[in-house]
Amino acid sequence: MSNHKLILQDVTKFFGRRLIFQNINKEFFSGNIYGFAGNNGTGKSTLAKITAGLLSPNKGKAEHYKQQQPIDYNELYNLIGFVSPELILYDEFTAEENVLFALQIRGIKPDGKKIDFLFEKFNLFGRRKDTLKKYSSGMKQRVKFIIALIHNPTLLILDEPTSNLDNKGKEIVYKIIESEAKEKLIIIASNEKNDLLLCNNILQLENYKQ
Amino acid sequence: MNGYSIFKKDWFSELRTRYAINALAMFILVTVSVILFSVGEEEISPYLTGGLFWVVIFFSAMSGLSRVFVSEEERGTVLLLHLLAKPSTIFTGKLLFNIVLVFLMNGVIVLLYTLFFNSFVILNTQLFFITIILGNFGIGISSTIIAAIISKAGAKGTLYPVLSFPVLLPLILVLLELTEYSIDGKTITESYVELLILLCYNVIMLTASYLLFDIIWKD
Repeated sequence: MSNHKLILQDVTKFFGRRLIFQNINKEFFSGNIYGFAGNNGTGKSTLAKITAGLLSPNKGKAEHYKQQQPIDYNELYNLIGFVSPELILYDEFTAEENVLFALQIRGIKPDGKKIDFLFEKFNLFGRRKDTLKKYSSGMKQRVKFIIALIHNPTLLILDEPTSNLDNKGKEIVYKIIESEAKEKLIIIASNEKNDLLLCNNILQLENYKQ
Repeated sequence: MNGYSIFKKDWFSELRTRYAINALAMFILVTVSVILFSVGEEEISPYLTGGLFWVVIFFSAMSGLSRVFVSEEERGTVLLLHLLAKPSTIFTGKLLFNIVLVFLMNGVIVLLYTLFFNSFVILNTQLFFITIILGNFGIGISSTIIAAIISKAGAKGTLYPVLSFPVLLPLILVLLELTEYSIDGKTITESYVELLILLCYNVIMLTASYLLFDIIWKD
């Protein structure tokens, strides 16, 4: 077990004067799948970004712990795998180059076997040398998953994980989420019923509007 | 090492997309040609040629160096970078890329000037090259941090030269002075104060940039 713990303390977010959510207090532990649910505009993606350290809350904080020790913001990037429709990859590079650059920038030595294994798992092995310009949106979504998993993160944040995926792609993703959840802390932000069925704890963001 | 990986990623990306190189090359060619046509057969003083040399460098830098952050912002790949490395690593990679670009750009400009401007006679080449090297670092550092600032703004194209002018002005003034000394054949010892100012400018800009970048990058 990775023992990644996340604590949201009084997390409040405004965009301009518009309140998105306020006073979210919750603890998240490894080995569980948590869901952020709510209608459009309730702040699921915003909260996902706050938990990943990509956005600052107006009030409160998101604190990460590993083995009971607080994780520094500057070290967080190597412990998080993040998938989101807002995440855009480099179209001019091949899928394999995107993965390799992601690893090198993180300072991790690429493991060829692991890269091939993930490309095979996501049914992209034969197309790994194609530039992303030639990929469909569903295929790009699969590459995002490979990048999110390749460095073996302890926290996986999946914002609309099945968007653009066909049924086969969704099946692959659900299987991976279930197997990764044994070791990791997983957070899913989604409207999809099937995505949320995987979660054993759901945060309804409509409850944090007032 | 991670900063170098970002530089490598940007370099390969640049070779495939030609975001900055094309803009820089065209700008250098056009401005040098315009100066050549407007001067014609006239004899212009070496000082004026030296001044025009830095004018070309300043505006070329304005045309291409902002791409380092603007292209990431425009293509929407900023979020990916946020996820992959800490801010200081990102800045190091982007700074390396811009410095290499400035060296290439200025190398071409020096070559064109040597070939086409008879009045561009440098008596102390050693001092001139030290000036160019320190100047390149200064332009690289300043343009990178300004690119990071303006990449978040709406009117990026206008804002870049507007913000760069006051930041680069002290640097350009010292560079002009040192180019004049090189043309006159003054020694490095005689130019010690100006070289020290250049060095201090670079150190201050580099330190301020690393301190500022964390804040710019996070929000």
